[in-house]
Amino acid sequence: MSALETPFALRLLPGGSYAGRSRMLLLRSATAARRAWMAFFSGFFEPVFYLVAMGQGLGSMVGPLPGPDGSPISYIAFIAPGLLAASAMNGAVFDSTFNVFFKLKYARLYDAMLATPLGPVDVALGEIGWALLRGGLYALGFLAVMGGSGLLVSPWALLALPAALVVAFAFAAVGMAATSYLRSWQDFDLVTLVIMPMFLFSTTFFPLSVYPRWLQVVVECLPLYHAVELMRGLTTGLVGPGMLVHVAYFAVMIVLGVAVAARRLDVLLLK
Amino acid sequence: MADGLVQARGLYKRFGAIEAVRGIDVDVARGEVFGFLGPNGAGKSSAMRMIACVSPRTGGELQVLGMDPGRDGPRIRARIGVVPQLDNLDAELSVRQNLEIYGRYFGLPRAHVREKARELLAFAQLTERADDPVEPLSGGMKRRLTIARSLVNDPELLLLDEPTTGLDPQARHLLWERLYRLKREGVTQIITTHYMDEAEQLCDRLVVMDHGVIVAEGSPAELIERHATREVLELRFAPEARPEPEVLAPLVERVESLPDRLLLYTADGERAQAEVARAGHRPLSALVRRSSLEDVFLSLTGRTLVD
Repeated sequence: MSALETPFALRLLPGGSYAGRSRMLLLRSATAARRAWMAFFSGFFEPVFYLVAMGQGLGSMVGPLPGPDGSPISYIAFIAPGLLAASAMNGAVFDSTFNVFFKLKYARLYDAMLATPLGPVDVALGEIGWALLRGGLYALGFLAVMGGSGLLVSPWALLALPAALVVAFAFAAVGMAATSYLRSWQDFDLVTLVIMPMFLFSTTFFPLSVYPRWLQVVVECLPLYHAVELMRGLTTGLVGPGMLVHVAYFAVMIVLGVAVAARRLDVLLLK
Repeated sequence: MADGLVQARGLYKRFGAIEAVRGIDVDVARGEVFGFLGPNGAGKSSAMRMIACVSPRTGGELQVLGMDPGRDGPRIRARIGVVPQLDNLDAELSVRQNLEIYGRYFGLPRAHVREKARELLAFAQLTERADDPVEPLSGGMKRRLTIARSLVNDPELLLLDEPTTGLDPQARHLLWERLYRLKREGVTQIITTHYMDEAEQLCDRLVVMDHGVIVAEGSPAELIERHATREVLELRFAPEARPEPEVLAPLVERVESLPDRLLLYTADGERAQAEVARAGHRPLSALVRRSSLEDVFLSLTGRTLVD
């Protein structure tokens, strides 16, 4: 991933922005996580709770819904891929917003790192990489729950994990880029304001067809919608070339997110 | 200066409309301890950040370890150590991990940083706290850990920005002793400080900065010799009994008037004190002391260093 993205990011940045050592930030994060593993794993449970509460509870009242190919599927099978996408998003967004903001503004950890040969691109890739691993781990846990509940019905589901990593990468990159523009903890209400409606509307709980046309268009622009559609296709086995659109959407998010995040670190810290 | 570790000519830094450093020339030779002395806002930290290659210069020439920070920043940073003004230790890691992980940022191998961390923990007198979290450490301990961390890559040049600000006297002396030990080991150091006693204790040579320019340069003894007299007589008066400085001026070489006291510069403080008494002035208190860099600064700028 890093080899793919850095040339573009490097062109936007002064020389010496990348020492090729972002994995040392992963090492740092992994070491820190070992000391606080409870906080790390708590994030896994949220989508599982949604699955049980909505899937079992609400699902018993709703009845079957139209699946990706139009044939009916159970409500729990409908929402599970959506929650899988959301778990990848949540892990990535939490880490790349709250945690990054704290390290940037209060702990001044990135200042300490930039005093070494590390450059802003190392820091951005390292932190985004950790956020994507966190999102990926939550997705893996959720996939295991889905598998145990018989909700993975296609061999394509094997691709759901790499897809979750791509989704987490995209959200982590954009999350870190956005965080670099936040000024105080109050601004985090904006993050919630974006994430919460996206979580509710991106066909996580209802098919797109229930919305009026204008809202459908809005939903189709949201990144989580593309993540949910990708996951739903892979876990139910309805795979088509249209999925490449979703992947392309995330590729753009990744490139823009990494480039902006590294550029902003440079502007904020190397002045 | 062929062996100069740092060489600056007309070094200039501007933040928007604010000129932080307005053209300074600096030469730091290998093995010396060099100081930037000046009040807050004098431009010391900005100069330091440019030397540390974390702040691009706006103008002028700068060479660090024979390289240009604008082009070779990472290569220079690989060979220097930085102690920032505010501790930025990693609170999510233990004391030992702070050293080991930081070493890894330099690309040093795992076995090497493990051994290095052991050595530096002993140097910083933190071996017993090695596996504790960082947060409960005292200010002096955190500072020692930050200094230990800056040594993890065996730097040729160590940059210390206000190393003892906020520490109690005992912690300061312990820190000075460690820095002195590093000097004996041949580590070149650049220190910024607004404490004149610190500059006198540590620096072989220093520049006095004010408003972004260098107003004097030399060893502490040279600067005192050049810009102050051997002794100072400090007089405090009751407000109604306080004479105008001009009245006392003929008795000594120079008089500085501060809000709470008069400073009389003279080679012989005892004699000046007697003459003041003979002239009929009755101070509440009188103190004769040796001149310090504080007096140098006062003489150069007309202001006190710490206010």
